[in-house]
Amino acid sequence: MARAVTNRRKLIVTVAAWAVGIAIFFPILWTVILSFKSEGDAIKTPLEVLSSAWTFESYATVQERSNYVRHFWNSVVISLGSTLLGLIIAIPAAWAMAFVPGKQTKNVLMWMLSTKMLPPVGVLVPIYLIFRDVGLLDTKTGLVIVLTLINLPIIVWMLYTYFKEIPGEILEAARMDGASLRNELIHVLTPMAVPGIASTVLLNIILAWNEAFWTLNLTAAKAAPLTAFIASYSSPEGLFYAKLSAASTMAIAPILIMGWFSQKQLVRGLTFGAVK
Amino acid sequence: MGRITLDKVTKSFGEVNVIPPLDLTIEDGEFVVFVGPSGCGKSTLLRLIAGLEDVSSGQIRIDGKDATDMPPAKRGLAMVFQSYALYPHMSVRKNIAFPMKMAGLPQDEQDRRINAAASALNLTAYLDRRPGQLSGGQRQRVAIGRAIVREPSAFLFDEPLSNLDAALRVGMRLEIMELHKRLDTTMIYVTHDQVEAMTMADKIVVLQAGYIEQVGSPLELYHSPRNEFVAGFIGSPKMNLLRGEVAAQHGAATIGVRPEHLAVSTSEGQWPARVGVAEHLGSDTFLHVHDHGFNDAPMTVRVDGEMPVKHGDRIFLTPDPSKIHRFDKQGLRI
Amino acid sequence: MATKASRAAARVMISPAVLLLLGWMIVPLALTLYFSFLRYNLLMPGMEEFTGWDNYSYFLSDPAFTAALTNTLLLVGGVLLITTVGGVLLGLLLDQPFWGQGIVRILVIAPFFVMPTVSALVWKNMFMNPVNGLFAHAFKALGLAPYDFLSQAPLLSIIGIVSWQWLPFATLILLTALQSLDQDQLEAAEMDGASALSRFWYIMLPHLARSITVVILIQTIFLLSVFAEILVTTNGGPGTASTNLTYLIYMQSLLQFDVGMGSAGGVVAIILANIVAIFLMRMIGKNLEA
Repeated sequence: MARAVTNRRKLIVTVAAWAVGIAIFFPILWTVILSFKSEGDAIKTPLEVLSSAWTFESYATVQERSNYVRHFWNSVVISLGSTLLGLIIAIPAAWAMAFVPGKQTKNVLMWMLSTKMLPPVGVLVPIYLIFRDVGLLDTKTGLVIVLTLINLPIIVWMLYTYFKEIPGEILEAARMDGASLRNELIHVLTPMAVPGIASTVLLNIILAWNEAFWTLNLTAAKAAPLTAFIASYSSPEGLFYAKLSAASTMAIAPILIMGWFSQKQLVRGLTFGAVK
Repeated sequence: MGRITLDKVTKSFGEVNVIPPLDLTIEDGEFVVFVGPSGCGKSTLLRLIAGLEDVSSGQIRIDGKDATDMPPAKRGLAMVFQSYALYPHMSVRKNIAFPMKMAGLPQDEQDRRINAAASALNLTAYLDRRPGQLSGGQRQRVAIGRAIVREPSAFLFDEPLSNLDAALRVGMRLEIMELHKRLDTTMIYVTHDQVEAMTMADKIVVLQAGYIEQVGSPLELYHSPRNEFVAGFIGSPKMNLLRGEVAAQHGAATIGVRPEHLAVSTSEGQWPARVGVAEHLGSDTFLHVHDHGFNDAPMTVRVDGEMPVKHGDRIFLTPDPSKIHRFDKQGLRI
Repeated sequence: MATKASRAAARVMISPAVLLLLGWMIVPLALTLYFSFLRYNLLMPGMEEFTGWDNYSYFLSDPAFTAALTNTLLLVGGVLLITTVGGVLLGLLLDQPFWGQGIVRILVIAPFFVMPTVSALVWKNMFMNPVNGLFAHAFKALGLAPYDFLSQAPLLSIIGIVSWQWLPFATLILLTALQSLDQDQLEAAEMDGASALSRFWYIMLPHLARSITVVILIQTIFLLSVFAEILVTTNGGPGTASTNLTYLIYMQSLLQFDVGMGSAGGVVAIILANIVAIFLMRMIGKNLEA
């Protein structure tokens, strides 16, 4: 810090920042609190809620009634599967664009980006019909394919911006040292790019986990991931706040934790490297 | 073995012609330095030899074999890069082992060569460190070690010392020369620093805009530069180039006199002048001299470090007549 | 750096990604375009016939389209306004030194990681529910009549929910941009006698300009496709009060099974999105060169 800051000023900023931070975080906090209450207590006034007894019963009920674990597993398979598949396709492509740039490289990159801007609803009908005809509706395979394709441009872009930061001389050195292209990618580029690849993976798991257009429209029950599972709570049946809260908490907790770890890289990934 | 021949080699990037047709032979065991101002094509030439770039036309032969279309790995050359290009995720040992691992050498042979290289380069204590934990000079030595273990037919150095500080540079320069004497392998060394070129080379190739201006030993280049460009580029401080009447008196369009070939007197001499800035190096003093009546640019004169002159003094310069270089209108040596 | 061999390798390496994306783009696009000129209802299989521009004229003249277009623009515009202004203010606040910066940053960014269906349901039930929601409790405590947000102000409520999800994104990016601002510049301006307000106006805001544009453009792409939030809160209602274009097309094709009409709507949505996309691509393209 180049400038001294008076403690008084720092105190004021601290209070304001914490107030804003807690206000923004509050809906999540409240959801977590309600998930540990009984249904009867969960709808009471805030003060009564806070003073009521804590319980795990909602978590048990959610699993019992709607098989949370299966939907969780679907989410894991879909987000990990689409990310890994995307990575396998994107690493060679990003290598080519970062280290052997040609006249068309920039256009290809921009074009890839443009596919991301296609509004999903514009191609919903044909994809739905194709999936119906080839039996991919409500399958994890189908969702892995779709999510790989919609996130592929982001993966390529992120890897591209990370690869660009690796000096080409090191890859040339590997070439001089007798490494084949395969060895160059496996022994030199990939290990050097591990931090970049890790943040790419993290961001893509988050995006795939939270994707809620295709997962809602292409699944029914069998392959439904957590997004679709939670949506089934939109038509209320009796008292359900505590159960909804428990299900929500379980749905967002893993990704929230991952997200906190990847927030720095997130900026870069989501702006296609335009802001670092 | 390491005899490299370039035959009418050209390189163009799109419309831009970087290397016009160029012929050059590098003999086995020679230490050859490519020197020239930045953008003269010296690095491109090295990369063509390495195989990191394709030639646009012409032929490259290594030990008589056509290597023009060989991938870099097959040419049997080793390269030391300006940025050292060490693999940051590997230990020093693994860095040095990498080319041998790629070549599939047996482990005990790898270890033998690593240990030999490490002791020769004073790296034994650092074998298990990562490049990031080493100083610039140490990294440089690792890069050299990685090149040595391949037992290449020639070493290529791309401005290897330019990232080191001045003191280290002198030391590394000596180490590389020592290495060359010991291995007796062809070395091709690219630099923009003519001092490095002069001190290290058996043979200097002076390049400008892709053209070879002159090829020769350091002293040949110093004593008889083929043209004005080489005359001005080789030697430090630079040769004074004078045009006009004084050149005509010597029957030339331009004459060149090196700063060390001008005698200075406070009382008498051929060319009266006035002292500007004096740079005292201790053993020598470089005088920047004005009002000499030839060009507008100041002349540089090297005098003994003890010479008592100061800013504004009137002096007289006398060139050593046997050391005057004469050039014609095209800048060629007469 | 490049030799013929490496360029050839590069072409091989890049082709799977290019071919897959090309297929992903062209096949459905061509089909959408084709369906949009057909009378094609999934409930009446075998009755497909070419109808020319009929689907387009029905779709575009449907009052629901005008409503959906207005709602889409209001939704996108409203969220953009809230998140960029809020993002700049929050960015400025969090850029100051204070105790617990790391934790507050984590708190602020959290909503971005909440899946849309969860955030919509949490807001709908735990906050906006007129009987048991926290807002209802608050209104009662203040002696006011409870307010049914989602039926009385559906679009505004959705704007609120979506803004909550995207404010962290804007804040994070603008904060990152602010932190990359050279402190020397600010100190030089201070030495030159610039007040805090003019430092913001003449130095910080121009520095942020590019990031703000990026935030706006990227959010627009995502906001045009807001879907889950509407699906689980209002189902587009009451009437068409909270139906956006995405939701309208979804209703037409997957609820009313009118593939032809849905496809025509899809083409319209693609055209609208492209208008935004062109600006975004220019921005990012410029950045590529820099």
